[in-house]
Amino acid sequence: MQIPLSLQFINLLAALLLLVAFAMLTQRRILSLINLFALQGFVLALSTFVVAYSASQHHLYYSAGLTLLLKVLLLPWLLHRLIRKLNVRWDVETMINIPTTMLVGIALVIFSFNLAAPISQLSEGITRGLIGIALASVLLSLLMMLTRRKAVSQVVAFLSLENGLFFAATSATQGMPLVVELGIALDVLVATFIFGIFFFQIRETFDSLDITHMEKLKDD
Amino acid sequence: MIDSQLLALLLIPLSGGLLLAVFGSRSWAAELNSLMSFGTFIASVILTMRIIDSGPQVAFGEEFFIDQFNVFLVALTAFVAFTTSLFSRPYMRIEQHHGKLSVGMLHLYYSMYQMFTFAMLVALTTNNMGIVWVAMEAATLTTVLLVSLYRTPASLEAAWKYFILCGVGIALALFGTILLYFAAERLLGEGGTALLWTHLNQVKSGLEPTVLKLAFVFLLVGYGTKVGLVPLHSWLPDAHAEGPTPVSAVLSGLLLNVALCAVMRSKVLVDGSLGTHFAGNLMMGFGLLSVVVASLSLFRQKDIKRMFAYSSIEHMGLITFAFGMGGPVATFAGLLHMTVHSLTKSAIFFAVGHAVQKTGTQVMENIRGLLQVSPTVGWGLALGTFAILGMPPFGVFASEFLIITTAMHEYPWTTPILLIALGIAFAAIFGKIQPVVFGETTAKPLPHSPALIPVFAHLLLVLMLGLYMPPYLANWYRQAAALLG
Repeated sequence: MQIPLSLQFINLLAALLLLVAFAMLTQRRILSLINLFALQGFVLALSTFVVAYSASQHHLYYSAGLTLLLKVLLLPWLLHRLIRKLNVRWDVETMINIPTTMLVGIALVIFSFNLAAPISQLSEGITRGLIGIALASVLLSLLMMLTRRKAVSQVVAFLSLENGLFFAATSATQGMPLVVELGIALDVLVATFIFGIFFFQIRETFDSLDITHMEKLKDD
Repeated sequence: MIDSQLLALLLIPLSGGLLLAVFGSRSWAAELNSLMSFGTFIASVILTMRIIDSGPQVAFGEEFFIDQFNVFLVALTAFVAFTTSLFSRPYMRIEQHHGKLSVGMLHLYYSMYQMFTFAMLVALTTNNMGIVWVAMEAATLTTVLLVSLYRTPASLEAAWKYFILCGVGIALALFGTILLYFAAERLLGEGGTALLWTHLNQVKSGLEPTVLKLAFVFLLVGYGTKVGLVPLHSWLPDAHAEGPTPVSAVLSGLLLNVALCAVMRSKVLVDGSLGTHFAGNLMMGFGLLSVVVASLSLFRQKDIKRMFAYSSIEHMGLITFAFGMGGPVATFAGLLHMTVHSLTKSAIFFAVGHAVQKTGTQVMENIRGLLQVSPTVGWGLALGTFAILGMPPFGVFASEFLIITTAMHEYPWTTPILLIALGIAFAAIFGKIQPVVFGETTAKPLPHSPALIPVFAHLLLVLMLGLYMPPYLANWYRQAAALLG
């Protein structure tokens, strides 16, 4: 059976997305992490565009544009500005154990493919089978949130989690209704601003952006 | 049509938030805040009367949907938001007097308070499952800076935890929503209508069960984080203990309910699709676990606000359990328990707030003999505690009694677990609050007179619900319970 070119391209982009998710999981330098996040956004925008073109879904062009604007330009720019102002541009995270994290990540990917298998079978249209990849990148971002100890990298993980969800929405359903997508984009933008405010408050109070300082609240 | 009433309900808090964003540092900002909340409350009453007369209605081209169930939560939310704004007026002035808050912080507080009310009301009234998500996230965003309002290390940590955990939780809920849309799209076609709850409800029996099952797990875990269900509850005690007391009151009394409303909307769809008790069983499990874990944690608490936060987890668990059992009686009891818990818990937080201001500490060992300095604060706290522990004749007794008797009928094995957990909670809270209220005092007088009318107004309502439920109200609850199945 001949697989249409657009589908091959989307599959390629999905694989790239997963690869970037793994790269982010193990990247210790904050600056490179933000660049990887921008790359992930770009892959996402491109795949949304391809889905829009091949399924001729006009509203997906808007969301591809929105993704490009928000996740490739605006958010990385904000993050770059933030780390420059906070002077953590060259910070390196020391506490992550790369081999173990990778292994857990691989297990998560297998798990999500299994979980998504019955759903992919129901899926029609050109993008079937990508839900597993979407779920995998969501879970990888979750894992990244758990393993990180720097506030900035946790936020990047949070934002890349959102990327995974967005990919799920475009690949499984060819995009949520536009009003919902706009709402989600607004929430993400506001959340990033609030995170920014937080960074300054945290550094002012703790003299560092290490969240290991913030594990004092206990029950007793 | 209910367009104009609904528009008023949503526009008043929104414009309140914008007005207070401009005028929040004026000396009359607190009064404006209360006035706006009062306006929202009046709008909610008018809307409620319309809905009870005319039954469920959609508005604004089906984007909003109001039935007996969510209008009940709208009225409750608007009422508690109003009384909390009354309470926060003197409370925040005292905090300012004590030098804990600056004018700028109060500015942020007033503006965000209105925006938070707006976000909750949108989450309750919208018909679009996607917008439910957007509004729930907005409710987190508006409160996260309020939790860290004092800028202490502990409050920053609490706010960070709240933000990250609820952010992750809500992201999972979004995945659930995407799956729901995926299932719905096959029946309803692409575009705007496939996420509208009323449409989904019509075709629910045709929705693909395997997808809906998975979607519900994600939705329950996601919104359940916000409800504070164990094991996703760890943000809740921190946020309640470290945020300003009015924020604890609205988080505990309102936000948890709104999140549970989203879970219930999904449950109705899943039940229709699966035709089994899958969703109910899951909710019963999470509910039971929350009740048990929360009541065991109560003993270890030293901070008074933390303790009552754990009590909120316990009660939300109980409500989730009741909704999980399903059936007219249990759902009725769950709705009643939602009402009385919101009223009682916010009343307790009001009293606790003033008690903490009088003694300058949240550690219970250092708060002693409230009755001696301030009989009203002392009695408010004592009666509130009696009420929340389920002592007759308060309304909590009635709802807990209904839940436990239904459990005895339907799931007998859960009854001992529930009874033991409630007993432990009773012993823990009563043992800790008794010396706080009675005995020799450590408290000092306050620079402004405290606001205790909201405390007693809430407790009076809870008492009334325990002694006599007007037929009008009982009928309304029954209709709402019938909608939830």
